[in-house]
Amino acid sequence: MSDTDRTRNEPGPERRGGPPRPPEVAPENGGVAQEHDRAAHELAAVAPMVSGQSVPVHPETARPAEVPSETRVEEHQERVIITPPVRPPTMGLRRPRLPRWTPLGLAVGSLAFAVAVGLVAGLDSRVQWGLIAALVFVAANFALTAAVEGRRQAVDKLALSLIWTSFLVAVLPLASLVWETVARGIPTVSWDFLTHSMNGVLSWQQGGGIYHALLATLQQVALASLIAIPIGLLTAVYLVEYGRGSLARAITFFVDVMTGIPSIVAGLFVLTLWIMALDFGYSGFAGALALSILMMPIVVRATEEMLKLVPNELREAALALGVPKWRVILKVVLPTAIGGITTGVMLAIARIAGETAPILLLVFGSNLINANPFEGPQSSLPLFVYEQWGYGTEEAYDRAWAAALVLIVLIMILNLVARGVARWKAPKTGR
Amino acid sequence: MAKRIDVNGLNAYYGGHKAIEDITLHVEPRSVTAFIGPSGCGKSTFLRTLNRMHEVTPGGRVEGEVLLDNENLYGPGVDPVQVRRTVGMVFQRPNPFPTMSIYDNVLAGVRLNGIRYSRSQLDDLVEKNLRGANLWKEVKDRLHKPGAGLSGGQQQRLCLARATAVEPDVLLMDEPCSALDPISTLAIEDLIDQMKSRYTIVIVTHNMQQAARVSERTAFFNLAGVGQPGRLIEVDATDKIFSNPSEKATEDYISGRFG
Ligand SMILES: Nc1ncnc2c1ncn2[C@@H]1O[C@H](COP(=O)(O)OP(=O)(O)O)[C@@H](O)[C@H]1O
Ligand SMILES: [Mg+2]
Repeated sequence: MSDTDRTRNEPGPERRGGPPRPPEVAPENGGVAQEHDRAAHELAAVAPMVSGQSVPVHPETARPAEVPSETRVEEHQERVIITPPVRPPTMGLRRPRLPRWTPLGLAVGSLAFAVAVGLVAGLDSRVQWGLIAALVFVAANFALTAAVEGRRQAVDKLALSLIWTSFLVAVLPLASLVWETVARGIPTVSWDFLTHSMNGVLSWQQGGGIYHALLATLQQVALASLIAIPIGLLTAVYLVEYGRGSLARAITFFVDVMTGIPSIVAGLFVLTLWIMALDFGYSGFAGALALSILMMPIVVRATEEMLKLVPNELREAALALGVPKWRVILKVVLPTAIGGITTGVMLAIARIAGETAPILLLVFGSNLINANPFEGPQSSLPLFVYEQWGYGTEEAYDRAWAAALVLIVLIMILNLVARGVARWKAPKTGR
Repeated sequence: MAKRIDVNGLNAYYGGHKAIEDITLHVEPRSVTAFIGPSGCGKSTFLRTLNRMHEVTPGGRVEGEVLLDNENLYGPGVDPVQVRRTVGMVFQRPNPFPTMSIYDNVLAGVRLNGIRYSRSQLDDLVEKNLRGANLWKEVKDRLHKPGAGLSGGQQQRLCLARATAVEPDVLLMDEPCSALDPISTLAIEDLIDQMKSRYTIVIVTHNMQQAARVSERTAFFNLAGVGQPGRLIEVDATDKIFSNPSEKATEDYISGRFG
């Protein structure tokens, strides 16, 4: 087995002959100058590989990167003296660049232009001003860059501007919504507001609170989650890990259909089935049933996507250890995906926590604290907002804004928790 | 306790596609057998029929018999889970469980099977198998760090330790070194050399030098054409296969004339 031994001792052909490459030769300056010397044509075999990453360099600094042949030894010694990379500006790698502050200057300029145009033409909508400024900015940026830096850079700038514009268009309404809610809600939110119900408070009176609604929302969401999460998780596990053939296709189809159910329809469904046909009364639980119908498809979808992301290799690795399939799912697949699943579930919860329509139909609404979700009318935060808005008095408006703020904060906390869990549970690769 | 493997007239299918046809092969206990052959000739498929992993693939189906010490793996009433505990497997890409530490990865098979051990027994098991995989010295100070933080070669040795921790009788390896650098490859090869006294080892490799280095017997697989099932062309002592094969196709493949 002499063949064996040879391969063991020499891991690669580049070790053969010639001194090892000096460490300071980085790939960038170790490029090959084609017309360097008589070695040029011998290097041709190496050149395509090397020149892919190499930058043309000054002939003095050029040296063949890898010369496998023994005949090059003298040349190696001659080239061991390595000067730091010199990049003469004449080599055509550089292009004229606009100064760093150009976009800022352009932005200020186009804004001024838009204001001027707006004032002269008597446009009173600030939105129009902003649109003019944005258009002028994009056009000027494109033209200037095209003139100075070239077409590709100009298109790059154009795409960048479009992305930023889309970002602003997406974020502005959100920011203004949050701003409005916070500004109007904050004055009314207080400890009292959170810990009192509307018992005995008339619509034009100050005071009162959302305790009954907050409690009811938490209960209804918790009940809906208790119903929807297990069913949703198990459905997703079935679809990804077991489901084959027509049953799986049918389930997928119905999950898709459920995703599109309008919330009022879910409410009507529970109303006819639970309250009218089965003759249970209005209750938080009836609301929770409708919410769980809305939540289930979201949980299924999110979980399905996450389970599909778990590499098949992990399942096979566990199966090959002689682990039964159900344990593989429980101990390997679900833990690997748990971060994403948690995020999906939390988002589903956040999505139903603000649901109003089915609640309106099913929990009836109440100003009193009813801590039993299974019996008697309850309230809920979205319903509270809706009711207060309907009263139409200043005091009721304030309460509506404050309740909306509490609802947003609640959902935001859920999202933050979801992110925290996702990060905490994410598969770890750290060293 | 290593076991012998006798394969008789084995066909394997993916749905309607026949991937390997009529394979008959005998593997001695405590030996290393290498499978070589061009890509797509069914080496992996065949290897996976040896621990009933083939049927995990949707549509995977097997005909014929695989005898493990004269017990047919495909006989009635045989539990595939039990088969896989007896016949372990190492995959091409290192695949430690990303949610588990190095320690838990080694114990994955034991833990996931719900066997209860005392703390010190578990510690011993981890140390023994990591030592067996030549990994103990490198990781003994970070046993509770994630297994995914190791280098590729270390991860593959971790997978070996994980496979040996359930104490299989046979170890199947599907191109275990093809994702590794030469140094890690040598480490794995040395390991195979040490382990063959305890296990029956079957290794698929694309690297002919590797087959020559580690195996006593070599089986050459080939397929007649695209879409045709793969077949076993010849199996013989490795020396013979590489110096004086009886089939023309084997010689062509080994001398690099095709494949
Ligand atoms: N999951 C699969 N589904 C369908 N066909 C497959 C699957 N895996 C492999 N095959 C087919 O089986 C044949 C053998 O493949 P494989 O055993 O992976 O070959 P090798 O490991 O020798 O490269 C190939 O024709 C391949 O296309
Ligand atoms: Mg393969």
